[in-house]
Amino acid sequence: MKVQQLPILIAFTYLAWALLIPLIAALRKNWIYPFTLVGSAISACASIYGFISSFGSEPLRYTFGGWAPPLGVEFIYDSLSSFILMVINTIAFLVLIHSKGVADREFPEKKMPYYALVMLFMLGLNGITLTGDIFTLFVFLEISSLSSYGLMSVGKKFAVYTAFRYLIIGSIGGSLYLLGVFYLYTVTGTLNMADIAAMIPQVATQPGIVTGIILIVAGFGIKAALFPMHGWLPDLYAQANSTSSALVAPIGTKVAAYVLIRLLLLVFGINAVDAVAPISTIIGILASIGIIYGSIYAIRQTQLKRMLAYSSVSQIGYVLLGLSLANPMGFRGAVLHILNHAIMKACLFLVAANLEKQEGHSDLSKFNKSFAKKYPWSMLAFTLAALSMIGLPPLAGFFSKWYLAVGAVEGEQSWYLIVILASSLLNAAYFFRIIERIYIKPADDTPSSQNDVAFSMLLPTLILALGLLVVGLMNTTLLSNLLPFYD
Amino acid sequence: MIESAVPLLALVASLAAVPLILLSGTKPNLREFWTLLAALIKFCLVLTLLPNALQGTTTQITLLELFPGIPFILKADPLGVYFALIASGLWILTSFYSIGYMRGAHEKNQTRYFASFALCLSSTLGIAFAGNLVTFIVFFEMLTLATYPLVIHKETPAALAASRQYLVYTLTAGVCLIAASVITQVTTGSTAFVPGGIYTPLSLPDPALLLVFVLFLVGIGVKSGIMPLHSWLPSAMAAPTPVSALLHAVAVVKSGVFGLVRVVGFIFGSETLAQSHLNILLMILAGFTVLTASLLAFKQENLKKRLAYSTVGHLSYIVLGASLLSPLGFTGSILHISAHATMKITLFFCAGAIYVNLHKENIPDLNGIAKVMPFTMAAFTLAALGLAGVPPLNGFVSKWTLAQGALQADMLVPLFILVISGLLNIGYFFPIIHRAYFKEGEHLEGKKEASAFMVVPLVITALLSVLLGIFPNHFFHFYDLATAIAKTLIPGN
Repeated sequence: MKVQQLPILIAFTYLAWALLIPLIAALRKNWIYPFTLVGSAISACASIYGFISSFGSEPLRYTFGGWAPPLGVEFIYDSLSSFILMVINTIAFLVLIHSKGVADREFPEKKMPYYALVMLFMLGLNGITLTGDIFTLFVFLEISSLSSYGLMSVGKKFAVYTAFRYLIIGSIGGSLYLLGVFYLYTVTGTLNMADIAAMIPQVATQPGIVTGIILIVAGFGIKAALFPMHGWLPDLYAQANSTSSALVAPIGTKVAAYVLIRLLLLVFGINAVDAVAPISTIIGILASIGIIYGSIYAIRQTQLKRMLAYSSVSQIGYVLLGLSLANPMGFRGAVLHILNHAIMKACLFLVAANLEKQEGHSDLSKFNKSFAKKYPWSMLAFTLAALSMIGLPPLAGFFSKWYLAVGAVEGEQSWYLIVILASSLLNAAYFFRIIERIYIKPADDTPSSQNDVAFSMLLPTLILALGLLVVGLMNTTLLSNLLPFYD
Repeated sequence: MIESAVPLLALVASLAAVPLILLSGTKPNLREFWTLLAALIKFCLVLTLLPNALQGTTTQITLLELFPGIPFILKADPLGVYFALIASGLWILTSFYSIGYMRGAHEKNQTRYFASFALCLSSTLGIAFAGNLVTFIVFFEMLTLATYPLVIHKETPAALAASRQYLVYTLTAGVCLIAASVITQVTTGSTAFVPGGIYTPLSLPDPALLLVFVLFLVGIGVKSGIMPLHSWLPSAMAAPTPVSALLHAVAVVKSGVFGLVRVVGFIFGSETLAQSHLNILLMILAGFTVLTASLLAFKQENLKKRLAYSTVGHLSYIVLGASLLSPLGFTGSILHISAHATMKITLFFCAGAIYVNLHKENIPDLNGIAKVMPFTMAAFTLAALGLAGVPPLNGFVSKWTLAQGALQADMLVPLFILVISGLLNIGYFFPIIHRAYFKEGEHLEGKKEASAFMVVPLVITALLSVLLGIFPNHFFHFYDLATAIAKTLIPGN
């Protein structure tokens, strides 16, 4: 397989599958699930292969229809975007393997549209990651957003309501971004990222550019659930069906954060912009507040999925904090945390899904010792992911926090260090509370036998949990390609 | 410098036992076999590292890169081997003892117990062999986690409260340790343990250096029970006694003081500390802890709690010795690591034997027990005398060296503290011995000595304390090792 064709293959597979799934469903309803998995597996394998082959090779610019940029549209496949693609496609694949049990229980009648939407959603995210053009980015953003509104509206009683709220707020975010694009286009006359990057140094001080960037940050701030624009998130994740929350929570907001990283650090060059408006400082402060706020609210939750949702608000703060540091260590921390958090959150949401399937709820006050007996493997995965969230070595979470902490001290913003470490302790507060319940709190009912979920649900959960160990210990290898990327 | 996988194998020996123990949960004898096998293999592996360590050679293995420029490195340097020898050697005895104790007391969750125990020992060896701060943190946090199930073992409200307190203290400490290490990495560009330190007096302005030092002190000091960070330790007495023995004599708290010696000697270095007078801060804290803990020990009615406060005090001997920054101070401090280990483990073993055998845990109930448990109480008496510094036990050797170290550093106050504390030690141990030997006990008819699984280990540790006191340099050459380590830590030697 030629690497040159990889980016389009990865994205196109999702598009093709989105269209083919309704056809397949017309033939045999049973084929939807395996067929979806095949498509997802193709993309996941291709993006892993692409990431591996991106080591030591030049960034790849894939142009469409023979139109050379800046006129034509292009995909940029470099070490950063290939890394993100690998993360989102692999996570999506694992969540989709897991989805069978959830789909049978939560939306047996809606499988066809659901899986088709998942494919569209992934197409959108892949497009956002790959595109080298700020307007095409908006197009893909809308594809992913519209499909995620659909995905999130399937679920509990209030899912439609929360999804509708997300639609309204998300559309505002999208519009703000589009408005920002207009400003940038008005000043620079181009939509191509590489072009803009070349032009920025001359025009950075122009009000149009600054306004445009602020609008873009605000737009993607909403999408990434940057505090205080996170209000749509907790209810949404708690109400949606388990597969949607396990799919959107780990990678949805992360892709938005990735866009901010790419645009602010690599396209606009945050230092040039900072000279006019202290954007990075503002992001840093908001992210810090978000980190602490999310952790404190997570402690107060009584339902596992809501707790995880608040913890997402907190965790996205780490990524944006790393971005705001705008130094190599901060960048590494942010990128690694995208991966780490994707794995941890996916794992935790899958465990929540397993519990909802077996117990019918994920109510924290009902957790007790019988869980460890009934669901030993799910609980083991939960414990590993929780310890990683707290940032205990040698699990992955420790490593991104270390990078962020070193970045904070190197950037002489040591008070971020306090934020990062204080949040670790808050994380410990809400996770150890649960761990203690799972392993120690006496069960009131009669002793129960092992009753863990089906293998197809257990396997992805455990792979993710194990991945935390591997990613932690292999982080320098994984990131070695990204080291020269931002210096 | 020798590249060899032995440090790693020694660490893995007990780690590999964890799944085996978990899998053989239904067959107790097989399960205990794994524990003992792992303990023996581990000890033998550590023993093979000793000859090199005695020559001052370091055996090391670099595994992978944790961060750019920061490898995951296991380095069996003399100090590491010294600590690993004590930990792995006493683990064998603790394992035998645990079997007797857990079966005798009909404890639940024994599989979890033995698995956590094995994990604890792996972490301790990792701490001993860690070649840089990041590797150290990995194992230090692992130790926190591995000890948690042991503290909570009984699942009683007291155990629950103790475990929460333990987590709050140790996790907060872990965060401080990470902060200190991050700042060290950024300031000095390194996290490696280098004899003589990686900080220079000019690395940081004084207030910043103080901050880093305090962060290290909190980060590691919690585990070593320095006041005012000690209060988790007496609460953790809610755990089964072998755990207390391990916690207090071998693994956890010793990892703490070991870590402090590492930070004092290998991160800051005696020169930097002396110039910035940070060692005085350490000395004041340690001296205060020695005296206060000894005084607090008096009012503990519960035997294990009294031992816990005694531990708090004795750990600070080690810290005090290191803070003197004199060669003999370091030697004495390192010697006291092993001396206190053998003596305190004996005392806890005795306390556990009394508890399992007679179901007594409060000091007023111990009247006359020496008649029914002669071996146990003889061992107890020996160890208590040793802790007070009576010759010819190893407690005397280390205390004597510490005192010389104080004189070498031209400081009289630490010397007085040592003397007063010795008297206090006698003061709080004597009533126990007096009760056991000279008062008439009740309801002791028909009671016998505890099972051999428990008595044999505690007699061995007591004898070990005596033998190491009479021949401090035989067997494992502890004295030579300690002197050699101390030499590398003082510039100009």
